[in-house]
Amino acid sequence: MIEPGRNAARYWSDLWRYRELLGFLAWRDIKVRYKQAVFGAGWALFQPLLTTIIFTFVFGRIANMPDGGVPYPVLVLAGLMPWQLFSNALNSASASVVGNSHLVSKVYFPRLVIPLSSLGVSLVDFAVVFALFVAMAGWFGVYPSWHWIALPLLVALALLLALGAGLWLTSLTVRFRDFRFIVPFLLQIGVFVSPVGFRTDFYPNWRTLLGLNPLTGVIDGFRWCLLNGAQKVDLLSLAYSVVAAVVLLASGLWYFRRTERQFADII
Amino acid sequence: MSAPAIELSGLGKRYVIEHESRHDNLRDQLHHTARKLWRRVRWGTSFAREEFWALRDISFSVQPGEVVGLIGRNGAGKSTLLKILSRITEPTTGRIKLRGRVASLLEVGTGFHPDLTGRENIFLNGAILGMSRAEIRSKFDEIVAFAEVERFLDTPVKRYSSGMYVRLAFAVAAHLEPEILIVDEVLAVGDIAFQKKCLGKMQDISRAEGRTVLFVSHNLASIRQLCTSAVLLEAGAVRMTGACNQVLELYQSGLTGADNTSIPAPTVDLLDRGYVTGVDVETIDGRPQPVVPVGQPWRVRVRFRIVRSQENFVAAVGFKAVDGVSAQTAWCPPQHLSPGDYEAIFVQDRVALAAGAYLVRIGLSSNDRTFQQFDATRVDIVSDGVQGFYPRTSGVGVVLNSMSTSIARLP
Repeated sequence: MIEPGRNAARYWSDLWRYRELLGFLAWRDIKVRYKQAVFGAGWALFQPLLTTIIFTFVFGRIANMPDGGVPYPVLVLAGLMPWQLFSNALNSASASVVGNSHLVSKVYFPRLVIPLSSLGVSLVDFAVVFALFVAMAGWFGVYPSWHWIALPLLVALALLLALGAGLWLTSLTVRFRDFRFIVPFLLQIGVFVSPVGFRTDFYPNWRTLLGLNPLTGVIDGFRWCLLNGAQKVDLLSLAYSVVAAVVLLASGLWYFRRTERQFADII
Repeated sequence: MSAPAIELSGLGKRYVIEHESRHDNLRDQLHHTARKLWRRVRWGTSFAREEFWALRDISFSVQPGEVVGLIGRNGAGKSTLLKILSRITEPTTGRIKLRGRVASLLEVGTGFHPDLTGRENIFLNGAILGMSRAEIRSKFDEIVAFAEVERFLDTPVKRYSSGMYVRLAFAVAAHLEPEILIVDEVLAVGDIAFQKKCLGKMQDISRAEGRTVLFVSHNLASIRQLCTSAVLLEAGAVRMTGACNQVLELYQSGLTGADNTSIPAPTVDLLDRGYVTGVDVETIDGRPQPVVPVGQPWRVRVRFRIVRSQENFVAAVGFKAVDGVSAQTAWCPPQHLSPGDYEAIFVQDRVALAAGAYLVRIGLSSNDRTFQQFDATRVDIVSDGVQGFYPRTSGVGVVLNSMSTSIARLP
């Protein structure tokens, strides 16, 4: 039964029916990502490695930020991981619907499958960098402990934040291609307003201001978790991140669902 | 009789066209919104918003196991209807009841990724078309055999020849097992042998397996071969439903061709010089005929007005296949024309154009300088209902039988 504007109830069961497609699309993106690149998945390592070296040099050496006894490269990489997870996920989610326009205009499936599947690539990249982190932390004498149990939750939080914002951006991009230019710009600024290269707990005055950025809570959480509690986590800013994720996700879903039915007409 | 497999009632789809411009970027949108507000404040008017009904009040039903051909000229709403039935876009009014699993094939190879191998693409494409992983796996060998690509299964499809690509894509789609299959003009690809194979497969799907098929094609021969009944769409409405032959007859009789000739209004410049006033495609004895069987003679009449005397004046007619291939041009010899109304007649009798749709382009020039040129109308050449002309199908070139031939027994 097809009627104008009356297909809501079936949507979620359809989404479940198409879960295999979700897997296939994610698998396609992962598979294709490093095809015909000589270094292959090496690129997933190269970028964070170089960023870590530069940030260590700039923040650790030149600016001489306090490290509280944690090796500076480990400190940076622990903060860089959630940032990259978030920015990769946001980037691919917001480009996802327009990037798959040939599917949108030719086949039916719940469109939500597209941004959801786009998260797969960023998770795989994260896993690669995580392996790098474990090796590097071990080299500097930081070993896994019970704190690391919280990691999956924090990863989920970073992904949900990215998905919430990504849903907004991807629906807006369908209508207004301007957002293709806005997203990289936002991410470029984001890396500086998020505490990627330094730790926040030595700047109590600034913490509130930094905490306005929902990623601050996530990054602090990552540092707490991966540095085995060497950096205390500000529960308030973490709670704020959770609230921000829920609000973004709920509103993003609402907007995506509202505009989705026109995607094929205006894409 | 059991409940219909597809039931449409009062279906309509409206698009809104804003005449000012499109606002696909934010700046335009803001600018437009500001101007709209300003106009409303100043004059209390708003921009013209034209509503366009791509489909209007479509109602028909299809019985289970029936194969229905959907025909109509370009712009009649066939694609929009298929898109709604496939749930790609929503209808504005009306409703549809579909009984059974629906698969739609609006394009061959949707979602194929050039960097993935044939094997990987079978799985990906299958999933996109709605097959489960287990289903694809169980049909995998059959698909590969049908597509004849065993040797290249692990080669990225971007290295495939276009024929192999299409074969693989169709093979995946042909092995879907829905109760209702919706197919757009996908048989128009591939070589003739493969087209035959596809047609045969479609016949199997409908006859042997008793599935309901809704089929769109401009190739009337394949519609006649496959379909039991047909629906004729015209300007977004159902013109006729019924047995395949009757509907095709009406379509071909040319009565259905609403006058879709468009002559642009002459510019100031042309008003001062000369311009086309009318264009007709018709039979040799002067009946309007937008649909012409292959090999049948027909003609184009171009009427024009000369305002100022023209030296070396030439009127020309060009035919361009809608897929972009220029087919032929004809022109009258250069001559001096004094002011007045004229008519040029171009007769197509010796050479036949292959079946297909052609745009008719009119050009006026003098002293080798073209001063008016536009696509005036369309002519559909059909291969159906033709006797004594061989070969009747397209796929053998654009121009048919233009050389004089003879066979003589050698001593």
